[in-house]
Amino acid sequence: MTDDTEGIILSGTIVSVKGLNLWYGDHQALKNINVDIPQNQITALIGPSGCGKSTFMKTLNRMNDLIPGVKIKGDILYRGQNIYDASVNVTDLRKKIGMVFQKANPFPMSIYDNIAYGPRIHGVRSRAKLDEIVEKSLKDAAIWDEVKDRLKASALGMSGGQQQRLCIARALAVQPDIILMDESTSALDPISTGKIEELCLQLKEKYTVIMVTHNMQQAVRVSDFCCFFLLGELIEAEDTKTLFSMPRDKRTEDYVTGRFG
Amino acid sequence: MNNTETVTVDAAAAAGAKEAKEKLNAKETFWQVLFLICGIIAVGFVLAISIYLIISGIPAIHKIGIFKFMFGTKWASTAAEPSFGILPFILTSIYGTAGAVVIGVPIGLMTAVFLSKAAPKKFAAVIKNCVQLLAGIPSVVYGLVGMIVLVPSVQKAFHLASGATLLAAVIVLAIMILPNIINVSLTALDAVPKEYEEASLALGATRTETFFKISVHAARSGIAAAVVLGVGRAIGEAMAIIMVSGNVANMPGLLKSVRFMTTAIASEMSYAAVGSLQRNALFSIGLVLFVFIMLINVFLNVVIKGKGKEQ
Repeated sequence: MTDDTEGIILSGTIVSVKGLNLWYGDHQALKNINVDIPQNQITALIGPSGCGKSTFMKTLNRMNDLIPGVKIKGDILYRGQNIYDASVNVTDLRKKIGMVFQKANPFPMSIYDNIAYGPRIHGVRSRAKLDEIVEKSLKDAAIWDEVKDRLKASALGMSGGQQQRLCIARALAVQPDIILMDESTSALDPISTGKIEELCLQLKEKYTVIMVTHNMQQAVRVSDFCCFFLLGELIEAEDTKTLFSMPRDKRTEDYVTGRFG
Repeated sequence: MNNTETVTVDAAAAAGAKEAKEKLNAKETFWQVLFLICGIIAVGFVLAISIYLIISGIPAIHKIGIFKFMFGTKWASTAAEPSFGILPFILTSIYGTAGAVVIGVPIGLMTAVFLSKAAPKKFAAVIKNCVQLLAGIPSVVYGLVGMIVLVPSVQKAFHLASGATLLAAVIVLAIMILPNIINVSLTALDAVPKEYEEASLALGATRTETFFKISVHAARSGIAAAVVLGVGRAIGEAMAIIMVSGNVANMPGLLKSVRFMTTAIASEMSYAAVGSLQRNALFSIGLVLFVFIMLINVFLNVVIKGKGKEQ
């Protein structure tokens, strides 16, 4: 067990969370979270509904800032920089830490414009450069072959699975460092889910992937590192194999063996 | 014995059910006919008005000559040698409406974006109530306020003999169409799914970029509908602008006293003799106005629908 953990630490930590607490009004949704997220790996956040895993993920790109009445204490170091520091530019941070949502949410525009939206707002004007980014992003998201002949068509005409991969491509287009996936396959059929899981395994070569999932098999299949949340606490964070085969905590064991949740 | 009894009872029940069903059918038919009549009433009025306008508008146009009528630049309906050219009215109506849209749409749209996306809830509620009030103010009151406040200000600002000008009318119209623009755009903006905005923010767009590039884009057909409504209200308005525009049949200029198609009809109808060419010419102006509004509606609808298909 220690060997594996060391192996992961050797691969480097990209995000280091220290003493993170979060309140929605009076309700404390995250309680003293401490964890190091490994770089170029897939980290799965698991736990029953309402355990704080999505909330935790959204602290990483500061999407929680948008919710009125949120209070956050603690440090999140991304490549050594505290992202809650006053000097941090939130839009730059979100560019570096991209996000794919639970429900595929392509903009009501063409496929091309969906991908080009991010680069455009970050100042890319040249048509040739945009073409290049669009092609590369769609290729990286393994959807280029399906859409290359209809880039001008509306993104809303695609299937659910295609839309979700388009959203991944859109996130990739701004050259992020980390990709957050919030139950991004929960609304998809098994085949589309399989494609996205396969895609995640490719993406970790270049990016760090952090995913929230309700699907335990998915966590086992694709993740390298796994964090189990319960009632706002991080119960256990281990490499996935260890967490599922030899959980340290009784509650983790109960959850991963399907005794509750 | 028992069996036969049950059968009779069943038959009676079936007959009762049938009767009830027939009753229900009769009721249904009654309501359906009633709805149909209500629907026909609306269509009937549109048809009646259109036919009436055409019948009463054609004779004067025929007599004066369509070219002379539409493109004549001189309107002197009560002169010894009357002249019936309505180009000044047409152009004034077009300029006035365009001016109102140019001023009113950006302000209204910005207000709607602010109310829908950025304003604190309580503050937004106050503004929304004010907008509702603005919509409820009778147009004659707009005219009065314009006459007392706006006209003298325009006069002073530009050192004119009279402040009753196209400019004053444009400003009054712009304010009058604001509630339409704001309310309809607001509904459209409120209906934009939150997921679009979240996706944009998560890509590192600022809130302002998100509102203008995503929210407004997603709501654009609703916003276009708001513009259509605004245009319709501006081009059809008479009462407010008759009081601030000077009501003189000049070719339009921003700082000249002008007369709109609507105000031409309103101001002369009361003294035009029945059956006179003057009165018939006023009906013809009504017909032209009607055709204009139809054309604008059709044009804007085509543009909106065309854009809707594109996405």
